[in-house]
Amino acid sequence: MTSLAPPALRRSSTEASTGGRSGSVSWLAVPAFLMFVAFGIVPLIGVLVLSFTQWDGIGDIHPAGFDSWRTVLSDPALVHALWVTFLIMALSWAFQTPLSLLIGVYLATQTRYREILAVIYFVPLLLSSAALAITYKALLDPNFGLGAGLGIPLLQQDWLGRDNLALGVLVFVVSWQFIPFHSLIYQSGVRQIPKAMYEAAEIDGAGRLRQFFSITLPQLKYTIITSSTLMVVGSLTFFDLIFVLTGGGPGDATRALALDMYKRGFQANLMGPASAIAVILVLVGLALALLLRRLGGKDASESQMEGV
Amino acid sequence: MERSILSRRNFLGLTMGVGAGAALAACGSSGPGTGAAGGGGAGAASYWFLTGAPGEGIRTNTVNRFNQANPDAKITATTFQNDAYKTKIKTSIGANQAPTIIWGWGGGTLRSYVQAGQVEDLTSWFGENAAVKDRLFPSSFGAATIDGKIYAMPAETVQPIVMFYNKRAFEKIGAQPPQTWGDVMDLVPKFNAKGIAPFSLGGQSRWTNMMWLEFLFDRIGGSEVFQAVFDGQKGAWSHPAAIQALTLTQDLIKANGFIKGFSSITADSNADQALLYTGKAAMMLHGTWTYGGMAADGGDFVSSGSLGYMNFPPIDGGKGDVSDTVGNPGQYYSISSKATAEQKETAKKFFKEAVLADAEVKEWIDAGAVPIVKGTEGAFGATKDADFLKFVYQTSANAKTFAQSWDQALSPTAAEKLLDNIAQLFQLKISPEKWAENMNGTIGQ
Repeated sequence: MTSLAPPALRRSSTEASTGGRSGSVSWLAVPAFLMFVAFGIVPLIGVLVLSFTQWDGIGDIHPAGFDSWRTVLSDPALVHALWVTFLIMALSWAFQTPLSLLIGVYLATQTRYREILAVIYFVPLLLSSAALAITYKALLDPNFGLGAGLGIPLLQQDWLGRDNLALGVLVFVVSWQFIPFHSLIYQSGVRQIPKAMYEAAEIDGAGRLRQFFSITLPQLKYTIITSSTLMVVGSLTFFDLIFVLTGGGPGDATRALALDMYKRGFQANLMGPASAIAVILVLVGLALALLLRRLGGKDASESQMEGV
Repeated sequence: MERSILSRRNFLGLTMGVGAGAALAACGSSGPGTGAAGGGGAGAASYWFLTGAPGEGIRTNTVNRFNQANPDAKITATTFQNDAYKTKIKTSIGANQAPTIIWGWGGGTLRSYVQAGQVEDLTSWFGENAAVKDRLFPSSFGAATIDGKIYAMPAETVQPIVMFYNKRAFEKIGAQPPQTWGDVMDLVPKFNAKGIAPFSLGGQSRWTNMMWLEFLFDRIGGSEVFQAVFDGQKGAWSHPAAIQALTLTQDLIKANGFIKGFSSITADSNADQALLYTGKAAMMLHGTWTYGGMAADGGDFVSSGSLGYMNFPPIDGGKGDVSDTVGNPGQYYSISSKATAEQKETAKKFFKEAVLADAEVKEWIDAGAVPIVKGTEGAFGATKDADFLKFVYQTSANAKTFAQSWDQALSPTAAEKLLDNIAQLFQLKISPEKWAENMNGTIGQ
């Protein structure tokens, strides 16, 4: 008889608590869900619908079938914009990842002045892209900028007036701004690695370099994927920086997809084609995020701690 | 007990969600909403205009004077920064939330409002109030007229584009300002040899490059070349005069006629003006609105008389009239067709009694600008900028054709394509023929 009592009691208590908890949790998700629907799903559907219409942003909206899509897909400017976007993405990834990885690893170790250095590294992250762009534009001005002011010929390039240089400057400024953020991610990733692994490696006679490549790097696999996803998908939406720094120029050398969309929609009043580009942006972003998750292995939640 | 707490939590979660949603929804509509409703009662007309000295102060004073004289029919003003305004006004008009008085540039943008039925036809009002119309420059009505009907009140000032030059730079090389296009090309190597750029140019802004084409097209082929484009004639951009003008432009670029790095300089930052008054560049083709900035920022550059100005020189064998000019023939105030009858009445009263009234005219002249009112030359003598004001007045009043800037005259769609192709032309990425071909594709858009 006594053995029956506890289960009964337990059942009633679990029922109450799980029932209550799951109830409150689902209710709490409502605001976030509403926000996502209002600002994520609804505009997305709106853009999809608009891409099949003709609208100048002022007058009436007329259905136009596949006209906008035909215009956009047959326009060589789209291929160019995709290529520029890809270049910015690839170059800024290739530039940022090794640097932020190294800084992250360095910051995770116990070094003197680490805290002070960490604070200094994070300063660029506090600045807005528009402010950064205006500052860099002033510094790089060929006639009134840093190079002309200090009289250093090497710095007196037409930084934003030549195709490749302008793209390079863009990648540099993007990296300068976001390396601190990714360093922060890597720093916390490195700190999660159990000390025991390094101790074991040291006993086995592995040097620092070997430890880095055999322990730190493999252990950071998912951190790298997370950081890369943020970089790659984030670089699709670079707009403010490019808009202020180069305006897409010189010519159309830095006219990335997001900028192309803005110019078509809000400057040329072609909301249909602009919406089509927006849909393409969403699709490219989703495909890239999916691809990066695939690269991380089938089961991203699989443990790396086996045997520890 | 437990149940009741939980349900209260659920209730709180729900209300917070709904509350946040309602607040956000309110945000979405309150932006333009408050602007349209105004702050001074149902009859108050709203008026949006641009910030920036000296225009902002003068516009505000005009509104204040009107409100003092008309306590029953007030105007509430809201100000916006130039680029923000362009997007804001378009969005508001599209959402039927436009202010009663719409400040604008006339031309192609006004046409898009007219096609959407968003602005009042003022033709009959100007017929009834002929006195209002007759005191303004006739040339200012071109950009307000769409298909023979007037949809805006021309206002404020006339701003032709002129050739500014630095007299000190010309002294350095011992030369005179160019009288013809041949002189221009001769001056280029002379200035470059002295380390002075012949021309300053804020090429990243794109419309700055466009001003060169506007003058070259006109001087070579006359005003009818662009008129044909404006009228939508097929293939109008590939007129022989157009090809020649584009070729001359690229010749000037290849000869290093423009300052190094011009394609990354913006006009918004006034860096192009700075190049002229610091003596890094000798000449600059720009709107007369830059005069105030150069006087304010250039030290004694303007006050010492080092700033020279002239109309664009003629081109040998060109058909265009040397007196022709381009630029802004005025600014334009329209009335929203969605405003209430009462608001429209207030706006019309404002146009009749306050806009470019004597007090406002005096303020514009004191600020170094020429209002679009006839017979104001008499007032110039009293100001320190008398010579410049006279020059602007003469240039505008004597122009055989005062063309509106292309990007304002064309539809926003065609204008954007135009600016894109001009940027490519100035980067020497496309040939004049390719440029004309690209642009022909936009005719009628």
